[in-house]
Amino acid sequence: MSTSAPPRRGPRVLPFPAAAGLARFVVARNATAFRRAWVLLLSGFVEPVFYLFSLGVGLGALIGRVTTDGGSVVEYAAFVAPGLLAASAMNGAIFDATFNVFFKLRYQHLYDAMLATPIGPRDIAVGEITWSLLRGSLYSGMFLVVALVAGLVRSWWALLALPAAVLIGLAFGAVGMFTTTYLRSWQDFDYVTLAIQPMFLFSATFFPLSTYPDALQWLVRLTPLYHGVALERGLMLGEVSWGLLWHVAYLLVLGVVGVVGTSRRIATLLLT
Amino acid sequence: MDDVLLRARGLRKTFGDFVAVDGIDVEVRRGEAFGFLGPNGAGKSSTMKMVGCVSPVSGGELSILGLDPATDGAAIRARLGVCPQQDMLDEDLSVEENLWVYGRFFGLSKREVRARAEELLEFAQLTERRHDRVEPLSGGMKRRLTIARALVNNPEVLLLDEPTTGLDPQARHVLWDRLYRLKRDGVTLIITTHYMDEAEQLCDRLVVMDHGRIVAEGSPRELIDRHSTREVVELRFPVDEQERHVEAARAVADRVEVLPDRLLVYTADGDDALAALHGRGIQPLSALVRRSTLEDVFLHLTGRTLVD
Amino acid sequence: MSLVPPPTAPTADAGGSGRLAAGPRRPLGRGERVAAAMAHHVLVYRRTWRGSVISRFLSPLFFLAALGLGLGSLVDAGSGGVGQQSYLQFVVPGIIAYQGALLGFGDATYPVLGYIKWNRMYSATLATPLGVTDVLVGHLTVLAANLAVATAVFVAVAALFGAFASWWVLLAVPVGMLTGLAFAVPTFAVSATILTDNVFGVLYRFVLTPVLLFSGTFFPLEQLPGWLRPVAWVTPLWHGVVLARAAAAGEWPGAVGLVHLGVIALFIGVGWVVAHRAFTRRLLS
Repeated sequence: MSTSAPPRRGPRVLPFPAAAGLARFVVARNATAFRRAWVLLLSGFVEPVFYLFSLGVGLGALIGRVTTDGGSVVEYAAFVAPGLLAASAMNGAIFDATFNVFFKLRYQHLYDAMLATPIGPRDIAVGEITWSLLRGSLYSGMFLVVALVAGLVRSWWALLALPAAVLIGLAFGAVGMFTTTYLRSWQDFDYVTLAIQPMFLFSATFFPLSTYPDALQWLVRLTPLYHGVALERGLMLGEVSWGLLWHVAYLLVLGVVGVVGTSRRIATLLLT
Repeated sequence: MDDVLLRARGLRKTFGDFVAVDGIDVEVRRGEAFGFLGPNGAGKSSTMKMVGCVSPVSGGELSILGLDPATDGAAIRARLGVCPQQDMLDEDLSVEENLWVYGRFFGLSKREVRARAEELLEFAQLTERRHDRVEPLSGGMKRRLTIARALVNNPEVLLLDEPTTGLDPQARHVLWDRLYRLKRDGVTLIITTHYMDEAEQLCDRLVVMDHGRIVAEGSPRELIDRHSTREVVELRFPVDEQERHVEAARAVADRVEVLPDRLLVYTADGDDALAALHGRGIQPLSALVRRSTLEDVFLHLTGRTLVD
Repeated sequence: MSLVPPPTAPTADAGGSGRLAAGPRRPLGRGERVAAAMAHHVLVYRRTWRGSVISRFLSPLFFLAALGLGLGSLVDAGSGGVGQQSYLQFVVPGIIAYQGALLGFGDATYPVLGYIKWNRMYSATLATPLGVTDVLVGHLTVLAANLAVATAVFVAVAALFGAFASWWVLLAVPVGMLTGLAFAVPTFAVSATILTDNVFGVLYRFVLTPVLLFSGTFFPLEQLPGWLRPVAWVTPLWHGVVLARAAAAGEWPGAVGLVHLGVIALFIGVGWVVAHRAFTRRLLS
């Protein structure tokens, strides 16, 4: 029994990232798969730009100036841009980590094929999330350039908005993938939508926290997207304080829980 | 009453410049099990689609049940059952719901559909699974459900396109048994297949198609008698050595087919031929003497193996 | 025992359709055929409606709360609403048409491609006495009913928020349904033409998203730069939005209302012709 266990199994139980050395092959596989669909890949950034234009130009003129939760008064477009950046980082990561991963897991049996090679569950989890983050950073970077050109960036701290977007992607991608391993059918995706859509709309993305009654404010503060939005808004508008680190910590914890959980679940699902 | 259910004269099907069916003549009589044989791309499925009145005829004549598919498509389809190559089942619905829905398409009353579903579930051995969704059923069960569904309107003709492709041996025998019963009950079967054993078992009469044309016609026995010898010797040699024994084999046989992995030596008496080869000092890795089958006819007529 | 009765001994009792007997069978009328095609979709819908409750009902409600109340408070504070209305009253008819367009598009993409390509139910249906027209009318009728229900539920809930000034808002239900069809029918044609579902992603991203955002749904068209406004004029959504807004305010749009209806009808009509042709080419070639 023990002699039949492959020697590679040992290192696989080491903590991330020591045991995820092969994750780059998972990333390479995804890059190859997208070689023919690169237009679709690149075009992913247009959606938030459409939203920015629609909300900033269209609604911005009706709304005028907004007082942020940090106390400064800015034009609506400048207020909503960081919210859209955070929300699109979340949406992109969730889409990759749920729909795409579910398809690969249940229909394409891609992971079964990978696990028949030296690649282990943790490689898959880390690889998939890394890919999702690379993709997300591309979109976030493009969005930031658009926001910069439109004059919506107020501070040099905005340079950190890109790594912050990656962190948001990590948190949602990891938790999203963890969730996906529990989903049984496409119909279960409605629960994902049920979690994501209200978050998208109500996490102080489009209007400040002060719009809500006190009790609801606390509820909003519990959602992970709120922390992403607050972090991005602080950086892009230059409302920087030590308090931002709380948001970072919240998202980091979420990410680590997601990665560890995902690799465990892949192991129980596929290595039986 | 005219006993010919299907009559085709010079039937053609073209897609642009591509000729899928190139002028075939076919007659199928009531109660018969008729087979279309041929390699992939021979034109069998195109023929079946024209017969099923879901693909317009490009040229020639075609009449089914004495009607013209161009003008009476719906009237013909009302009396046909179609079991397509891929199961077209609705996986969102349960087993029996698939039957109900389909019965409605033929204008059956609710009562008729329910009674029919009852019988057909029994027939397809799916009564215990009637409330289950379709998706988790095994391949054999899905196939049987597809056939049951094709029978919901009590068709006079059942079209079966590759009915047992992809099924395991056990499931194939179950299915064949169901088809024998239909035949016994007087349903006319029109079958395409690229399994020779299936054709030999099921078909009273068949045509072999290649490149859109019919290259032979008759009962399985007639075709074997006409196009092959009584026996065949299959010879296997070590890899790369086969080539040098072909001439010797030709010397002792009526005909030799060279396949990638073996030589087929056609002769009236296989044991004699094998002895003659041994006499010439030829020692194959293995040698098998068997009776000729449709597979041999097929190889002879089309010059290729079935799944190429 | 003979499990499958021979064709000469029909199982049908005297009260049946008589369509199980040997020989020529009584043809089905158009109504019977369309009803049969509809029966299929109704059955599927009965099995799966729970899964779509969120996208159909909750998600427009979330929009209502976020846009009407949340953003509405900012807009009303910033510029005192839109025209004479509060932002809530302005945006809710927009959401009605928006929801119709989104649902119509969604129902005409993956489900239709699925019936064509994945479970091939359309092919299975066309092997029976039903034809392309029956299949299309049957599916579209159920889809339209579905749109009407979704719109009606939304209108009822939005009314509780005080989003409407007039009972004429009931007319917004057919408007939402027609707007949805103006998106669904042409999308049927697309689904019957394409080979892979990647196209839906591109269509959603480059066509539907800008149309949804810039058709006067969330802000008046006048906020757009002048050169961009004509683009909205040719989308069926803008016409739906205008009509829904008129209905919600109880204002008679006058003759120009017929023009708005006409554009929507044009999308449905042209979509029908192209879709019928595409279905025939794809499924009966």
